[in-house]
Amino acid sequence: MAMLHIVNKSPFERVSFRSCLNHAKAGDSILMIEDAAVAAMDNTSFSDELKAAMADKSVYVLGGDYAARGLSEDRMIDGIKSVDYAGFVDLTVENETTQSWL
Amino acid sequence: MATKKFMFVNRKAPYGTVYALESLEVVLISAAFEQDVSLAFIDDGVYQITKGQNTDGIGQKNFSSTYKALGDYEIKKLYVEKESLEERGLTPDDLMDLVWEDEDDDWAEKPSIILVDRSEMTDVLADQEVILSF
Repeated sequence: MAMLHIVNKSPFERVSFRSCLNHAKAGDSILMIEDAAVAAMDNTSFSDELKAAMADKSVYVLGGDYAARGLSEDRMIDGIKSVDYAGFVDLTVENETTQSWL
Repeated sequence: MATKKFMFVNRKAPYGTVYALESLEVVLISAAFEQDVSLAFIDDGVYQITKGQNTDGIGQKNFSSTYKALGDYEIKKLYVEKESLEERGLTPDDLMDLVWEDEDDDWAEKPSIILVDRSEMTDVLADQEVILSF
């Protein structure tokens, strides 16, 4: 009964990302889109929290949103998978339910 | 018309919302009125001026090159907050090379980005007559 959590707000601006991490269960997946994509970068004030969540959850980022903000793949947190829109669709199919943390 | 000190405060990442683009449009309009214009990049606003932005994957227009034209409109004070960069794992090297040409110095290119810490930013904001927030 895995769930896909979709986050679209920057963790530096809103609490929705943190709320998502607080409510996601082990085995769930988290997809960062739009402004949330900035959280995929390593060595930020949020990266330790995200890395802790990755111990038992899969984390994905929409690669186009990450690149649009001038961020490079080589500075992404190890283990985050970059997906395109087709990969986004696959994730929604693979999971039982989805929740958007608006 | 009297000249006033205008400050545009940019606090949001580009593309996810329309704030960054709207701010840039108003900044360019204000330049036409020959005001003393400054820009501040605080919090997620620093993502607006990162170099290497590539919007091919999201089907939106990449407007980052417009910031490079600001110098030609006599907008040459872009205050960037140091702590905001650091919290996001960014350094000044991650920002675009934004310059203006000094006509009193044989059109020498000079940097427009002024790196300030949080307390200096507070003073810069306090020094303004009109503040517009985006």
